Amino acid sequence: MNAMPPLGEPASEPAATSAPAQEAAREAAKEAPKETAGETGRPAAPLSPGRETLHYAVRNPKLLIGLGVVTVLLLTGLFGPFLMDGTDPNAYSGSQAVPPSGENWFGTTTFGQDVFAQFVHGLRATFLVGVIGGGIAAVIAMLVGFFAGYRGGVVDEVLTMFTNIVLVIPSLAVLLIVNAYLGVRSVPVQGLFIGLTSWPWAARAIRAQTFSLRTRDFVDLARLSGSRTWRIIFREIAPNMSSYLFMTFILLFGGAILIASSLDFIGLGPTDGVSLGLMLQSAQQWSALQLGMWWWFVPPGVGITAVVGALYVANVGLDEVFNPKLRES
Amino acid sequence: MLTLDRVTKTFRTGTFSGSTLTAVDRVSFSVDRGEVVTLLGESGSGKSTLGRMILGLTAVNEGSLTLNGEPVRPGKEYYRRVQGIFQDPFSCFNPVFKADRIFALVKDAYHPRVSAADWRTRVEGAVRDVRLDPAQVLGKYPHQLSGGQLQRLLIARALLLDGLEILVADEITSMLDASTRIDVLNLLGDLRERGLGVLYITHDLSLGTYLAESTVVLRNGRITERGATEKVFGNPLHPYTRHLLAAVPRLGVDWADAEPVEECVFHAAGAEGDLYEAEPDHFVACARLPECEGR
Amino acid sequence: MTLTVDDLRVHYRTLRGDVRALDGVSFTVSDGEILGLVGESGCGKTTLGKSLIRMDGRMRHIGGTVTLDGDEVPVGDDRAMNAFRFHRISLVPQYSMSALNPTRRIGRMIRELLASRGVSVDTEELHRRLALVGLKPEVLERYPIELSGGMKQRTVMVISTLLDPSLLVADEVTSALDVSNQKAVAHALVGLRDQGLVTSMVFITHDLALTSHIADTIMVMYAGRLAEKAPAGVLTTAPRHPYTRRLLAALPEAGVRRSQGRLSGIEGSPPSLLSPPAGCRFRDRCPLADDRCAEQPPVVEVAPRHHVACWKA
Repeated sequence: MNAMPPLGEPASEPAATSAPAQEAAREAAKEAPKETAGETGRPAAPLSPGRETLHYAVRNPKLLIGLGVVTVLLLTGLFGPFLMDGTDPNAYSGSQAVPPSGENWFGTTTFGQDVFAQFVHGLRATFLVGVIGGGIAAVIAMLVGFFAGYRGGVVDEVLTMFTNIVLVIPSLAVLLIVNAYLGVRSVPVQGLFIGLTSWPWAARAIRAQTFSLRTRDFVDLARLSGSRTWRIIFREIAPNMSSYLFMTFILLFGGAILIASSLDFIGLGPTDGVSLGLMLQSAQQWSALQLGMWWWFVPPGVGITAVVGALYVANVGLDEVFNPKLRES
Repeated sequence: MLTLDRVTKTFRTGTFSGSTLTAVDRVSFSVDRGEVVTLLGESGSGKSTLGRMILGLTAVNEGSLTLNGEPVRPGKEYYRRVQGIFQDPFSCFNPVFKADRIFALVKDAYHPRVSAADWRTRVEGAVRDVRLDPAQVLGKYPHQLSGGQLQRLLIARALLLDGLEILVADEITSMLDASTRIDVLNLLGDLRERGLGVLYITHDLSLGTYLAESTVVLRNGRITERGATEKVFGNPLHPYTRHLLAAVPRLGVDWADAEPVEECVFHAAGAEGDLYEAEPDHFVACARLPECEGR
Repeated sequence: MTLTVDDLRVHYRTLRGDVRALDGVSFTVSDGEILGLVGESGCGKTTLGKSLIRMDGRMRHIGGTVTLDGDEVPVGDDRAMNAFRFHRISLVPQYSMSALNPTRRIGRMIRELLASRGVSVDTEELHRRLALVGLKPEVLERYPIELSGGMKQRTVMVISTLLDPSLLVADEVTSALDVSNQKAVAHALVGLRDQGLVTSMVFITHDLALTSHIADTIMVMYAGRLAEKAPAGVLTTAPRHPYTRRLLAALPEAGVRRSQGRLSGIEGSPPSLLSPPAGCRFRDRCPLADDRCAEQPPVVEVAPRHHVACWKA
């Protein structure tokens, strides 16, 4: 076929524009990209898609700041405890209820526990429960949501019904019962149970997104190119919602941290150890606010906010990196 | 040759309800290599469903679909020979990837051993074949290109398949401007001269007659009239075809009052899917046509 | 003289600067006239229609005036426009589905709408007007979803003209309809004018053949400017502007076969309106263009009621 002569001379001008029906929407917008195409800060040599994403990623301040804050907190949680010579964060080590000082950076609790030691250990536990709980929930939500949304029909009906059943189960009550029978003593087990109960809303959201993307013609075109179901889902549909998926993970991650805090609050947290939620809870229990001991509740509160907030800022940045339309503005 | 024999599609209207909707009802016709067949119908006529069934994107309920006598089995091998282009060129491109990706998908599936340099030469050749300048369109994102350019890239994609026999073009010009529309149509005509069979699905009567050797008029999922284009439009027999023809606004021709379909005395009786051969290569879905002609 | 538009300039604000969607357009529409406004996407015809009724947030009125029946229309002032909208200038939008409230029966919607404008409903008159566009009074008891596309479009037409506006702007009202419905809607529009329910009309479309059947005058726009304006019969049979000629030549007609004569489109694409080149904007695609076209051609009345903006006309 390619040996045949060309159909005509190549046109030197771009062809005409979009539909009259869409004129109103595109009239103004279309002018912008067309004329500067290919010269807007784009490197001259063609890059592979991965390299190009990286090119924009390292130039995006939101992404860098967000990830920077998360990284600092993560490293603090990971390596902080080792630098503290393995002291028990709950040990009654010093004088009671002293404000931050050179000796106790974040002060001490009513009982003389070092708040900084608790904070560092708590960060680690918080990240762990977030990653395990959010990660498990995200994986289940993606599998269920993608498959139900892409396949539709009976598969969708059954999976949606299952999702709705899990959604209406009062997860806190289930967690209570599970705790009562099995006795959750460690952070990973807590994360596992949170993950198994918190995925339904995310699955529904991913299903809805998949459902609308599935009807786009490029999915049909991929099928006409011989691509199979899972390849289409992960190579065509998922990239279109990558920032959405990341956002979902962040919300699940934050949700897991908050659920863990609630469980901690009613005494069902990991019995041995410390978490930011437990710190907040004991600060509340021992009237830190009324006693003016701000150093007891501010660090864990700021810690939780900083982790979730920084991830959100990073997500906005990622959106700009992944979406070529946002890059040019 | 792609042959449809009494192809039928029914949709369930609810998941657990028994009620169904017949979108396509016992439709038979064929598309041969080297010819353009226009499938003409208004919205809701089932013309797009028919196109999707031929492309294996929607399952066929009853009837048979054969390519050169072999039953159609949608899959990689089938798509090497039968391809499609759709109405909205903007929706055919995955917005997060560059437009060239449609070519890369073809390479992965059908030409995995071709070297990158050879492939690039072939892509550039196909792009020139659809009268685009490779330097202007390759390496860009879909939103940086115009509708006409995207639609041509989709045709170029189909040209990269060595064994292509049939191309299904579903309303490919309805979102293009008048000044570009005719160029894309001419391109389809050139493809025919290269031995491709084209099924051109449209609602626009004037665009349909421009290219096609034969025309199929579809209404409510059924064929009302089909045959050689000159015969169908030169001597329309079915009241619906006459109605359509009269309703199209034409430059310099009085907009005659369309013959209302409902007034046909035989319309209510309807045809039960079988076509009556009024003259050679001209079929009409009015079983009582002889009586009608004699009235 | 009903509508006079003088040197109207409207820009779209974008991050890269102003898009000159409407760059100095002047024309008049007389009493009882239907003006067909034709052009390809991006030519500014929709912008013009919007400017006459409601500008959206990104649009800015840069200059020029619009006069209706001797009163200046404050196109750039959204609040001052309220006095004109619906009473004196009304719009039939392209997608009537989104213009009708899906939770209200048509009759109730009309009553509520009129009440908000301080007008009571004359049921008999309403029925008469529905009949005029070929609708039965029963549609008043229906919900929008129960009506076909063409019926909804005609319902909106009746609602838009209830207060007998001077000017009706119909923006691509037939684009989403099947050919048989197209005709009913087009005839209904002409009927509204013939009955004097609207004084004059601007009919925006991309379909030149359709316009030629209902418009008295056709105005062709290109890249934000007027290219040619002439009585419908003259424009379709004896066009003077090269763009109009090429556009007409690119239209296949029912029954015309490619074997009988190969039609061709217009090479190239319209210029960017972000920083349009000086001179005639069709220059790059025009087969007749020469050095003189580097200067912007003025709109000249070459024959009575026949205006062309081209040095070669």
